[in-house]
Amino acid sequence: MKLPRLSPRQTPYVLLLPFVLLFIVFGLFPLAFSLFLAFQTWEPTSGLGAMSFVGADNFLFALQDEWFWKSLKNTGWLALVSGVPQHLVALPLAAFIHASFKRLRNGVVGAYFMPYITSTVAIAILFSSLFSTDYGLINVGLQLVRELPLLGALVPAQTVDWLNDPDYIKPAIATLVFWRYVGFNVVLYLAAMQTIPRDLYEAARMDGAGRLQQFFYITLPSLKPMIYFGVTLSVVGGLQLFEEAFILTQGRGGSDQAGMTTAVYLYRMAFDFNDFGAASAMSWLLFIVVGLLTWLTNRAFRPSKA
Amino acid sequence: MRVGARTGMGMSRRGGLLLCLGLLALQSAAAQQQLTVAAFPAVDEIVKAAIPAWKRLHPEVEIKLVSRALTDHHTAMTTALSTSAHLPDVMAVEVGYLGRFAQGGGLEDLSRAPYSIAQYQSRFVAYAYQQATNRRGQVVAAPTDIGPGTLLYRSDLLTKAGVGEAELTRSWEGYVAAGVKIKAATGAYLMAHARDMKDIVIRTGIQPGEGLFFDSRSNVLVNTPRFARAFELARQVRQNKLDAKVNAWSSDWTEGFKRGGIATQMMGAWLAGHLNTWLAPDTRGLWRAAQLPEGAFAAYGGTFYAIPRAAAAAQKPMAWEFIKLMTLTRELQLGAFKAQDAFPALLETFDDPFFEQPIAFLGGQQARVGWRTAARRITAVDVHKQDAFADEVINTELDKVLVRGKDIATALADAERLLRQRAFR
Repeated sequence: MKLPRLSPRQTPYVLLLPFVLLFIVFGLFPLAFSLFLAFQTWEPTSGLGAMSFVGADNFLFALQDEWFWKSLKNTGWLALVSGVPQHLVALPLAAFIHASFKRLRNGVVGAYFMPYITSTVAIAILFSSLFSTDYGLINVGLQLVRELPLLGALVPAQTVDWLNDPDYIKPAIATLVFWRYVGFNVVLYLAAMQTIPRDLYEAARMDGAGRLQQFFYITLPSLKPMIYFGVTLSVVGGLQLFEEAFILTQGRGGSDQAGMTTAVYLYRMAFDFNDFGAASAMSWLLFIVVGLLTWLTNRAFRPSKA
Repeated sequence: MRVGARTGMGMSRRGGLLLCLGLLALQSAAAQQQLTVAAFPAVDEIVKAAIPAWKRLHPEVEIKLVSRALTDHHTAMTTALSTSAHLPDVMAVEVGYLGRFAQGGGLEDLSRAPYSIAQYQSRFVAYAYQQATNRRGQVVAAPTDIGPGTLLYRSDLLTKAGVGEAELTRSWEGYVAAGVKIKAATGAYLMAHARDMKDIVIRTGIQPGEGLFFDSRSNVLVNTPRFARAFELARQVRQNKLDAKVNAWSSDWTEGFKRGGIATQMMGAWLAGHLNTWLAPDTRGLWRAAQLPEGAFAAYGGTFYAIPRAAAAAQKPMAWEFIKLMTLTRELQLGAFKAQDAFPALLETFDDPFFEQPIAFLGGQQARVGWRTAARRITAVDVHKQDAFADEVINTELDKVLVRGKDIATALADAERLLRQRAFR
């Protein structure tokens, strides 16, 4: 039996079908359902029939909720403190690897990329042990530094309660996020650097430019599109930060909610506090914030018309 | 081409035969009824151990056990109840989640026929039965194990500090004073976290009709002397540096037990079993159990079995049979107690000689006798939909008092204000 041939018009649609179906089920439907839920009050354990329309109540509640604003502040802080250093370190590091490693390059890049592909849970468990107050390696290290004559004055006099003291939770989470994603950015920038024509550098060298000048006048401007891409990913990822904060604070957001990002808070609103309506409204408010900041990033990196 | 066609014919015949065999197999599987039980550790082990007893009574019904980690299990059950899909026939529910599940209408009311659980009420530990009863008077689950609160303490550290058990348990203030002596003599912390102190003290002196944080009309109860005293005691603990500032189940907590850095722990009686088997087995013989200070009695944990309302109707009678077997069979309840430290919710087990047996981990103490007394004295408190959020708010305000030196009255007023916004959501 002969299979009917697809016409050239039908072929793209048939080939797209698997993706479209998966996208509808796992992408579009949850989005639409959460938008629908944002306007409902719902006692989830009573089943789908227990929903009732409440208009914009959930949005008004979210906007008046102190903890929602607190979580947004935490998220902004973490996105900034973990995000900016990622790029400030990844750029020169990528340039250094690009210029200094030939045969070992893949190995070095792999080492930096490793945290990105390692299971978040494994990483968080490891960091929980490192940050442990009485038995953690970080505090042991600080103890050793404390005994040194000059540097000793720079570290806190007491052991640091990294994961319970509200003043230290955010730096602990930011450190983990930075460590995890810096390698990813290095790979992005390295890939972009490989596309910069070598003759530009040769010409610059002939004109007497040093390595620093080459970096600032050739590498950096050429990387602008990739920096835009990397920063956009950091903005979106940073504002949706969940796993690292969730696991390091044992799913609670930490003492005084100091480590509670908006994503963690809306998860807790739904699954711990049983308020799926408010959680959905918050997720849409977060979406607006993410959209706004992405637009601002776009504006900042847009090529100037002149 | 011909060969291909013949091969195709052979294939389709063989396919037909396989299909028939498959249908026959399906038919026989359908004859074998299956009961799905969703549980979490170590309830899953208890269910597994009960399967032979079940098969003796109902050889035609297979038990299909679906086990997940505690939080995952309850998240999955919330999702299953909300969508009325993939529901088990029987679900185990931990007491911390029971209040939330009881507020909705997703679980069968076992007080109604054909279940009529009220006829068995006198056989269950009173407070556990009350915990399963919601404000509408519906009984949404049957209790299977309970967690009578106990004060576990390191007798070697107390001896070194010259502190006796009576001194430790006479009053909450005395408990803190004993902690100061223990810390001075041994360097060990009195407790894991000052929050533990608050958690138990707010559970004492609750009036009938009151919940922990809200009363039956959703009035907020946190700006009260009960909370003020709990906060004050927790502050004394922190000011005297008597807590290790570690959360339960963290690696620092377990290390604290292993190294003798934590002298006492208030928890469900089941903790002694966990200490013995994996938390700190090397401290065997050094621990003792006492009643909570100042004559307080409190419950820490407990497990229930429930039937989802939207589960297959044909399965419900068998699901109820299973729950009755698990909760009302003396041998199974005692078996779970012996194997998994699941303290029975069935009162008729309380006369078993096992209760009088000495516990080697507790230096040969007959601790179960004390826990049995506690089980009879604990009273149930009303649950409220916003209890989980209220707990979080109170913990936050306590942290502000302990870490940032916030005034207790202001902290409680702030908590009250936040909870008022949520009380009717």
